[in-house]
Amino acid sequence: MGEILLQINNISVVYSDVIRVLKGVSLSVEKGHIVSLLGSNGAGKTTTLKAVSSLLKPENGEVTDGEIIFQGKNIQNQAPEHITRQGIIQVLEGRQPFKYLTIEENLRVGTATRAGKPYKQDLEMVYNYFPALVARRKSLAGYCSGGELQMLVIGRALMAHPQLLMLDEPSLGLAPLVVKEIFQIIKKINEDQGATIILVEQNANMALQVAHYGYVMENGKIMMEGTAKELSDNPDVKEFYLGMAASGIAKSYKDVKSYKRRKRWL
Amino acid sequence: MDFFLQLLVNGVCVGLLYGISAMGFVMIFKSSSVLNFAHGELLALGAFFFLALITWAKLPVLIAFILTLVGCFILGFLIERFFLRPLIGEKLIFVIMLTVGLAAMFKGLILLIWGGNLHTYPDFLPEAMALKLGSIYIAPVYSATLVISVLFLVLFGLFFKKSSQGIYMRSVADNQKAALSLGVHVRRVFALSWAIAALVASMSGIVLGIINGVNVHDLSSIGLKVFPVVILGGLDSIGGAIIGGIIIGLLETFTGGYISPSLRDVVPYIVLVFILLVKPYGLFGLVEIERV
Ligand SMILES: Nc1ncnc2c1ncn2[C@@H]1O[C@H](COP(=O)(O)OP(=O)(O)OP(=O)(O)O)[C@@H](O)[C@H]1O
Ligand SMILES: [Mg+2]
Repeated sequence: MGEILLQINNISVVYSDVIRVLKGVSLSVEKGHIVSLLGSNGAGKTTTLKAVSSLLKPENGEVTDGEIIFQGKNIQNQAPEHITRQGIIQVLEGRQPFKYLTIEENLRVGTATRAGKPYKQDLEMVYNYFPALVARRKSLAGYCSGGELQMLVIGRALMAHPQLLMLDEPSLGLAPLVVKEIFQIIKKINEDQGATIILVEQNANMALQVAHYGYVMENGKIMMEGTAKELSDNPDVKEFYLGMAASGIAKSYKDVKSYKRRKRWL
Repeated sequence: MDFFLQLLVNGVCVGLLYGISAMGFVMIFKSSSVLNFAHGELLALGAFFFLALITWAKLPVLIAFILTLVGCFILGFLIERFFLRPLIGEKLIFVIMLTVGLAAMFKGLILLIWGGNLHTYPDFLPEAMALKLGSIYIAPVYSATLVISVLFLVLFGLFFKKSSQGIYMRSVADNQKAALSLGVHVRRVFALSWAIAALVASMSGIVLGIINGVNVHDLSSIGLKVFPVVILGGLDSIGGAIIGGIIIGLLETFTGGYISPSLRDVVPYIVLVFILLVKPYGLFGLVEIERV
């Protein structure tokens, strides 16, 4: 196994001091890999990412147990300014452009972690990955299409030179062709730059095509993990996430017999 | 006709000042959603700092002006750091009460040191600064106001459009969560907006002091005019603040010139009430982009 970039050990996350959303989540991310985090609505995928990026605080959430280790250092509950400056950038769910800034200004905000350094070359790099953005450089982000915005927010994150890029449902609400394009670019970014990527997705099919490794979450716990191949061959994953069910009747996850809760080290 | 043009020019000049000072108020609101009720007192503080520097310390005017701006910039920074920051995340009403408290404190401080009388700056603007356009005469204060206001507008335009810091500030106003996720130092942006707000307020305070004389009650009530200005311009639009300022400035000078000088200061508030009844979100508020 290669070098571990991020290690999450048995973390719990509580919102507003009472709502326990993550109940002992552990996962590890190898450097240079794309790791996919799958699971249905409300499973706790976004919360897991926010625990790493420390964006829980504005929502009154907190990591109460366990530890998050990035490049050998404990980072849980640090201020987001510190986390981002260590190279962890989260691309928020639902695209969050700065609506009243132009595309290029949006990209420039991505340089906040290294303010004052040159950024022209990085703009070039982003425009290379996303040629569709070039023509819209000067238009307000608020008027761009969903596909353009997804490219924008990924590009914006790349401007920060992230060590670890966390993408939260980049396929949300996009046409299949656009999704395909974006996933190809994600793959390319990973290959060209050796960027480590955590990819949260509902679209398990696409995600497992580009990922090296995957985790399946349900109800604030990791239920399953394996290489992308193992997961896509797994009958339960096939049934629940890849839409290849034989029966077509929606069963509850817990009814599946072959389904075993993943062993944790606690 | 000449009288009309004269009022027009004076109104635009004063209005630009109102607009620029309101811009500071809007900036704080946009970045941190705080309504600053101490705005007028910041204006007054600037005017009195300047007074102290040129009469007590006897500094040359330009140096005193720059020192006042720098001093108020730092003051704004400190206000945010020591008074506002501990309240981040608290209920808005506490924060507003805090700014009301700050207002009382600053006013008290000024009264303690300078008293409530009218002070005047020595006459330092050379008559050569006056402009004559045909039959209209623009007094030195007004032409100086025009020059300074335009300079400020250009500088701020460049700052917000071109500099990275300016773009980070706009990003926080636009989408605070996204800014946070990219590592923008949001608290620093709050501090910077207080600093800039205090700077522009002090600038307006000094110039209004030159025009009307320096009196703590007058200056702090001029600060209150920021409300009609921003209601007119839209609370969230910096450009709107400038337009709102000019409209209020014009309304005031025309009322003063054609109707009655004693109605002058009431008119902005009458307008305010009317607008609130008809268009509660202001005339020039940002058009919400809805497609995302
Ligand atoms: N700020 C919050 N306060 C309280 N509960 C929250 C908060 N944010 C999320 N939750 C709850 O935590 C659970 C997990 O939410 P999370 O957003 O992490 O799920 P998710 O896996 O990302 O789902 P989706 O696929 O719908 O985005 C949900 O039940 C949600 O209601
Ligand atoms: Mg989510």
